[in-house]
Amino acid sequence: MTPVLSVLVHNKPGVLNRITALFMRKGFNIQSLTVCITENPEISRMTIVMSDMDEAALEQVIKQLHKQIDVLKVTDLTDQARVARELALIRVSSPIAERAVIHSLIEPFRANIVDVGRETVTVQVTGDAEKIDALIALLRPYGIRELARTGLTALPREAASSADAKRSGEAQVLHI
Amino acid sequence: MPGMSKPADDETLTRSGEGGAMWMKGADMVVEALRREQVEVIFGYPGGAVLPLYDALYQCGIRHVLTRHEQGAIHAAEGYARVTGKPGVVIATSGPGATNLVTGLADAMMDSIPLVAITGQVAKTVIGTDAFQETSIIGISTPITKHNYQIRHASEIPKVFKEAFHIANSGRKGPVLIDIPKDVSGEEAWFAYDDPPQLPGYQPTVVPHHMQIRKLMHGLQHAKRPVVLAGAGVLHARATEKLLAFVEKYQLPVVQTLLGLGSFPASHPLCLGMGGMHGSAAANKALYETDFLINLGARFDDRLTGKLEHFAPQAVVAHIDIDPAEIGKNVPTDIPVVGDVGEALSMMLSIDVPPPDAEAWREELLQVKRELPFWWVQDGPHIKPQRLIAEIARITKGDVVVTTDVGQHQMWAAQFFPLNQPDRWVTSGGLGTMGFGLPAAIGAHFGQPDKLVVAILGDAGFQMTLQELAVIGEHQLPIKVVIVNNSALGMVRQWQELFHGERYSESLLPWQPDFVKLGEAYRIPSARVERDEELSAKLEAFLREPGPGLLECVVDPNENVYPMVAPGAGIHQMVGVKP
Repeated sequence: MTPVLSVLVHNKPGVLNRITALFMRKGFNIQSLTVCITENPEISRMTIVMSDMDEAALEQVIKQLHKQIDVLKVTDLTDQARVARELALIRVSSPIAERAVIHSLIEPFRANIVDVGRETVTVQVTGDAEKIDALIALLRPYGIRELARTGLTALPREAASSADAKRSGEAQVLHI
Repeated sequence: MPGMSKPADDETLTRSGEGGAMWMKGADMVVEALRREQVEVIFGYPGGAVLPLYDALYQCGIRHVLTRHEQGAIHAAEGYARVTGKPGVVIATSGPGATNLVTGLADAMMDSIPLVAITGQVAKTVIGTDAFQETSIIGISTPITKHNYQIRHASEIPKVFKEAFHIANSGRKGPVLIDIPKDVSGEEAWFAYDDPPQLPGYQPTVVPHHMQIRKLMHGLQHAKRPVVLAGAGVLHARATEKLLAFVEKYQLPVVQTLLGLGSFPASHPLCLGMGGMHGSAAANKALYETDFLINLGARFDDRLTGKLEHFAPQAVVAHIDIDPAEIGKNVPTDIPVVGDVGEALSMMLSIDVPPPDAEAWREELLQVKRELPFWWVQDGPHIKPQRLIAEIARITKGDVVVTTDVGQHQMWAAQFFPLNQPDRWVTSGGLGTMGFGLPAAIGAHFGQPDKLVVAILGDAGFQMTLQELAVIGEHQLPIKVVIVNNSALGMVRQWQELFHGERYSESLLPWQPDFVKLGEAYRIPSARVERDEELSAKLEAFLREPGPGLLECVVDPNENVYPMVAPGAGIHQMVGVKP
């Protein structure tokens, strides 16, 4: 199980440090972490993806987060229906003669070329981690020069926001 | 009052604004906030970054106790908090002053002691430039405080102090640090203190869910081998009378944690004493064999549980704790109850269920209690440390505040000093801080000035903070310093004897200062006792003499703490339950 937590926090200096210090102190490993402001400028949303852990450890993470004074809400998106997206920028070797191949590879991913040079193109792709991993694997043979990923950001789906959204053993993530 | 502007220059600086707000300087605001929080005593040490604050404190009417080290100040604040239930207040300057608080903050965090620590900081204009005595105490203290603040403008002071005292002394109590840049002390702003704290991210559950309490009471009536485990949560909740009423109503045996001592009278027939690594045979038998364990505000620390798979293996576990993160953390819990122990006990007392049929179990435990008490063997002219503690208890009739350091003498004090009341026992449990006992005794004195304070210390721990003798000498405080001198880091020595082939690596202290002369240098009447036959008389004279005193007690250097559960063993695997 790869836990995904959505955490609303006060948008104040030092809050990120509090959260990461907590993860370090308790020995929890973060796979990705995004922080950005929400519709309310005083509140930020952190989307935290953690390394695999069991239920008890995840429960402890959530409880420890709740203890932070600057944490307003913790939503466990692990098994909830969610919209989860990540953006990646992939600079790939692409002599002019091979550009058409790159175009045809990225097209089904609804990815775009956002920068063009003589030797390389930069591809922008959004989606969940698996989709991005798949595109990276496809592009790797052509020579990936540089890669930047944002990490996951997520919201629960409207249908799942109701109070009775239950956690089942099986992931309810809807893929598009 | 951010919306309110500064008064015109011709108006007086303390003129009242809207809703009784006052226009004040930052440093005066700090003092005013402490006054509003009814702070009686501050422990601290001045320095450059807190000069404006100390100027405001000068002749302000709040007592300030000048320790000789910031670590002494914060342990004193802990001692004060422990015996009063009120937050201890400590002030230190920036940089080294602030870093010297670190051990005390970590200690208070582990033992849930309410503290408000105020540190100076370099001026805002130079923060981040490696200015003289600059350190990021916010970064340093984040993992060892319940919360911390750096004030960016004087206008934040009332709100921050209000929140800090509220956070420190509610929910699971703990230390809160407020870092104040030097220039903030000179800024002026409106001061209003009447608004309640607004903390949407901090809403501790105080009243437990009634369904969980019902479940607990339902389970209790069917138990055959019920046990109550009383932790420090009972003391923090000031619920000792409710605990006594509940225990007597259902005739339940009681085990206490180290920090829970005093939550239930040691003299009570149902009291089995302390459980855990150096707990009593009866207490550990109860924890091992119980089928229904009611944990009241203890956090199932490893020194209590021993190896987890052998801890209460057959029990339905009910755990009442104000910190939900403690429930299920170490021991799987069947009946989780989040809330204040006092509220929980009130609800438990309001539900009447038939008492459990546990007569045989009770008898079995009480028989073990009778047959396997804590013990020592008097086998020579040496003073036995256990008898020393027992004698202190006998002579004082237990009517004193006891503080300890950490190690063997701490365990002997826990075993042989019967605590029958709350707020009489000050010890460093979770962090195990050597050097805690002496400064904590000073704080305990200011919390309970009418009580004699006996600081039971090891020779090694005493030497970590002995400079605080100056405070005792200067104010001639009624604190009796008992040095249990075995010329060793006794507990380290004991573990090396038992688990490291008697290789006493750096644990023996054959060279010692002259403790008597040391005490006398601080103008504290001091004496030494070395032989068992003279112990009672000398101890009696020492304890009866008014004012401060120091007694070096040279004890048997080879004495070990028993019974013992070896590290990694289950609590039923005790060695040394009898001579």
